[in-house]
Amino acid sequence: MVESRKGSVSASPGSQPQGGQRDSSLKIVIVDESPIRAAILEDGLREAGFTQVQRIAETHNLLVRIYAIDPDVILIDLESPSRDMLEQMFQMSRAVKRPVAMFVDQSDTASIQAAVDAGVSAYIVGGLKKERITSILDLCISRFNAFHRLQTELDQAKDALDERKVIDRAKGVLMKAKKYSEEEAYALLRKTAMNENKKIVDIAQSVLTAAELFK
Amino acid sequence: MTAGKLRIGYIPLVDAAALIVAVDLGFMAAQNLDVELVREVSWSNVRDKLNIGLFDAAHLLAPVAVASSLGIGHVRVPIIAPFSLGLNGNAITVSPRLFAALESRAEGDITDPHVSALALARVVEDRKSRNAEPLNFGMTFPFSHHNYQLRYWMAAGGIDPDEDVRLVVLPPPYMVESLTNGHVDGFCVGAPWNSVAVDAGIGRILHFGCEIQSRVTEKVFAVREKWAGENPETLAALIRALAAAAAFVETPENLTAVADAIANRLDVTAEIAARALTGNLKVAVDGTVRATDRYLMIGRNGAARPDPVQAAWIYAQIVRWGQAPLSDESLALAQASFRPDLYDAAVGTSPPVGPGEPGDGIGGFIGMPFDPADIAGHLASWRRNKPGKPKLSVVR
Repeated sequence: MVESRKGSVSASPGSQPQGGQRDSSLKIVIVDESPIRAAILEDGLREAGFTQVQRIAETHNLLVRIYAIDPDVILIDLESPSRDMLEQMFQMSRAVKRPVAMFVDQSDTASIQAAVDAGVSAYIVGGLKKERITSILDLCISRFNAFHRLQTELDQAKDALDERKVIDRAKGVLMKAKKYSEEEAYALLRKTAMNENKKIVDIAQSVLTAAELFK
Repeated sequence: MTAGKLRIGYIPLVDAAALIVAVDLGFMAAQNLDVELVREVSWSNVRDKLNIGLFDAAHLLAPVAVASSLGIGHVRVPIIAPFSLGLNGNAITVSPRLFAALESRAEGDITDPHVSALALARVVEDRKSRNAEPLNFGMTFPFSHHNYQLRYWMAAGGIDPDEDVRLVVLPPPYMVESLTNGHVDGFCVGAPWNSVAVDAGIGRILHFGCEIQSRVTEKVFAVREKWAGENPETLAALIRALAAAAAFVETPENLTAVADAIANRLDVTAEIAARALTGNLKVAVDGTVRATDRYLMIGRNGAARPDPVQAAWIYAQIVRWGQAPLSDESLALAQASFRPDLYDAAVGTSPPVGPGEPGDGIGGFIGMPFDPADIAGHLASWRRNKPGKPKLSVVR
């Protein structure tokens, strides 16, 4: 396995940082009800060399499943109400290794705020050093933000498509009512929008509403 | 007067009524306050966002305010409660199956919590003798009266809540579903979730929280101590707005307006919200109604004024159930987190709490009166009186 890894032939034994090697063995659990975001996160972690990543999508029996996996790090979407279930693990330290919330060390308020803003929270199990999860958390924050941007773009694209449909239908109404060509219909919509200082889609919507009334 | 828009976090529950009404029916605006209410999905989120300053204030479980001030279970951030959003408001709901089992093992009136607790102990014993899985009960957070009230009730029957049953944290919106599919056999939660379970025919309200303890501070309006020090005028205006809203909520003629405002924020019907507000609750799907004027108290009988005895009671529960050791310093810190002085400074001196309120300020259904000056004695009395306990140990 190791021999076949790209670049490992020429690498001297000491070139792999000790920390990196240890980190790849960290067991990471992602609790996220959004399968797309969880997949994006998992991919990112795997690219960064973390091989033991598991996703839990459903909330049923969450604690039992986490105990079974026995992870070192738990990453959870802040929009998941299941976060409160995780908090119970602080109380049940007899049965499992005791997890600690990311927030326990307040020295790094900026990164905690960045995480909360991005919508992710982390729990570290056992005596894991903070530095070792900083890179995981940074990765999560950037992936969560990337996912958020992606979603915004998707919403915008959908809005744009909806606007196109409204304008097309308004053009159709004008073409039929005034025997306009498509270009003329669009030119009228655009001119009216400019005169009234409105968006073309708003004018188009008015045309459709009016057409509905005159039916 | 304000430094811009205030962000206040809340969980969609009927006991956020004073806060919701203050914001949505103009009481905040009347104090020149611009408030954005931010709906949250978990108490952990509310606590963390309040702690790190993403929220200026929050609707918070009273025990979380105490735990946060003590640094129990989490990082220590001094949180203060200058206003109590509500007393009581919880209920214990069980599945029809568990209710039938309790009824068959009850010796006396099952609406008496001592009778039902002893019946539960017998059911637990029955299950052990046939090697059945322990019963599961849902509650909302490790630091909550839902957790403490379940434990207090169970212990009265001789049950060890850590050994004989399983208590699991469940977010309130998951309670009903978990009861439906049998993941839990019962739960303790606030309104509207008990009524939702009753209407769905999958739960029966066994006890109101006020039958377990007559007067406990359920939710507080919480701010960081540091923020309070930096924004005294804004805080006083917030307290005045909340006090006016609480008085509005408690005026019977306003029931429709209040229930509508709550329904609007909670995505439930106004009718369900009104049940908790009036204390007329359908307890079974057949339409049986139980009524009390203590189900949820907002502003009435001194409910809005933070009471350090309540903080001491919460601390006693924290210690009783092993979440922290007993110390005089912690008790003092806990009590100092409830701030009647700030409340009085904002709204003036309140009339004395009326008759009919418990003499010790709590009114537990069993045990000696609570004395905040003698928590050690209080805890020792529970250790001495463990009815039925040896019997259960033998079975185990």
